[in-house]
Amino acid sequence: MLNNKNILTTIEMIEQQHLDIRTVTMGISLLSCCDENPVKACAKIYDKIARSAAHLVKTCQDIESEFGIPIVNKRISVTPMSLVAAASDTNNYVPFAKAMDRAAKECGVNFIGGFSALVQKAMTVADQRLIESIPEALASTDIVCSSVNVGTTKAGINMDAIALMGRIIKQTAELTKDKDGLGCAKLVVFCNAVEDNPFMAGAFHGTGEAEKAINVGVSGPGVVLNALQSVKGQPFDVVAETIKKTAFKITRMGQMVAMEASKRLDTPFGIVDLSLAPTSAKGDSVARILEEMGLEICGTHGTTAALALLNDAVKKGGVMASSSVGGLSGAFIPVSEDEGMIEAAKAGTLCLDKLEAMTCVCSVGLDMIAIPGNTTAETISAIIADEAAIGMINNKTTAVRVLPTPGKDVGDVIEMGGLLGTAPVMPVHKESSYKFIHRGGHIPAPIHSLRN
Amino acid sequence: MKAIITVVGKDRVGIIAQVCNKLAELNINVLDISQTIMESNFTMVMAVDILDASAPFQTFYEELHKLGDEMGMVIHINREEIFDAMHSI
Repeated sequence: MLNNKNILTTIEMIEQQHLDIRTVTMGISLLSCCDENPVKACAKIYDKIARSAAHLVKTCQDIESEFGIPIVNKRISVTPMSLVAAASDTNNYVPFAKAMDRAAKECGVNFIGGFSALVQKAMTVADQRLIESIPEALASTDIVCSSVNVGTTKAGINMDAIALMGRIIKQTAELTKDKDGLGCAKLVVFCNAVEDNPFMAGAFHGTGEAEKAINVGVSGPGVVLNALQSVKGQPFDVVAETIKKTAFKITRMGQMVAMEASKRLDTPFGIVDLSLAPTSAKGDSVARILEEMGLEICGTHGTTAALALLNDAVKKGGVMASSSVGGLSGAFIPVSEDEGMIEAAKAGTLCLDKLEAMTCVCSVGLDMIAIPGNTTAETISAIIADEAAIGMINNKTTAVRVLPTPGKDVGDVIEMGGLLGTAPVMPVHKESSYKFIHRGGHIPAPIHSLRN
Repeated sequence: MKAIITVVGKDRVGIIAQVCNKLAELNINVLDISQTIMESNFTMVMAVDILDASAPFQTFYEELHKLGDEMGMVIHINREEIFDAMHSI
């Protein structure tokens, strides 16, 4: 039986602690849209997306008002486009991105992900064409997101692809320089990418997935922060228990919304992503949770340990609350999207090297980090290589989404607005990685990939 | 189909009457009411049946919010399942 205290607690979580469903993402397989004629293929892609997700936004809005829980983003992920476009007789894959953009706008969603290629071992002709189309595709569309997987624990790291991605990120920044290089906020480079991730920019609908699926990402840094404020000064065992209990409650809500959306849209339920996704709103920050554990400012010594505890406790609490857990599942540290991280970066305490260490113990990787506009493609590639190595060796997903904003340097601040937030430009090492990146080739898979 | 209404704000005469009048207008049946004063704050939790409501959820949700604004109180209505999901296994 419900008691009033519980009811009022839930209302308070939503009203004052920013508890929300961060995203309901509909995954759609586009494998049936392959066609030798690229114009026909694009028409099929548009039709299938627009038809499949026609009711997505309306349904989510109904759920929002009936249950009183905000669903911040409604999104679509599709089959990696390099697989769909491979059948078409064309060198230019930009029209495929435009078809995605048109269809997503027709459905009214915030973003569509899946202009993607998986090249962890090597590239097909289609993969190469897709990657080369990315800068123009992101510059000529508004809500299309792109991702490239350059490594896995099983396959090793494709260093040729990493070298290429450094150049592609630079070109994307250049082509969108009138918007402060915003194109790069829609482009992520992965190691160990997952097939059912509901979060952007890295969402795509993997080939092992159903025809359609509903994947949900929850969020609630503010709720965790609030819970920790009631256990000030107590040992870490108490901190971990408190986070687990809170994560359980948050995830139960995510599971309920996922089941409801799945039922109403007549689409199979995929996964709940056990995530703590911050926003730049005050009181909705992962950095502030770490500081609540006793750090003067996020980024100082102790930050990695605090994040490790947080990330693990979120998973332990969440895993029993959902019938199917997947996606990236863990605490996110997107710098520009987290009020506390923005402050720590402005103060100079949070730097790229510390963030790299933090990515060893949390979900994903170097995310939404502005770097000087004159950073070389090779340095960006080397940053990607470091992250990919962490992912490959530790059997986890890592990613890089950096913003080399043209004309900006350390001390400048990039204002992107909305959920993308504010990014203070962070320094990168000046010393060259040129020769390292120009070796090319492939870093072999680690010994622990041989598990059979 | 059950929903939970919460009403929070400064205590004064006639809060329950005003809320219940609006519910009667919308043909929403009250199943349970509990009300308390915490530090001069009026807090009421009502369980209601919305199955026979005269309007769709979106409409009476807006009506109740509007009533809350008029009364200077914060009124929420949520389907019961969200509380069940979060607080019972």
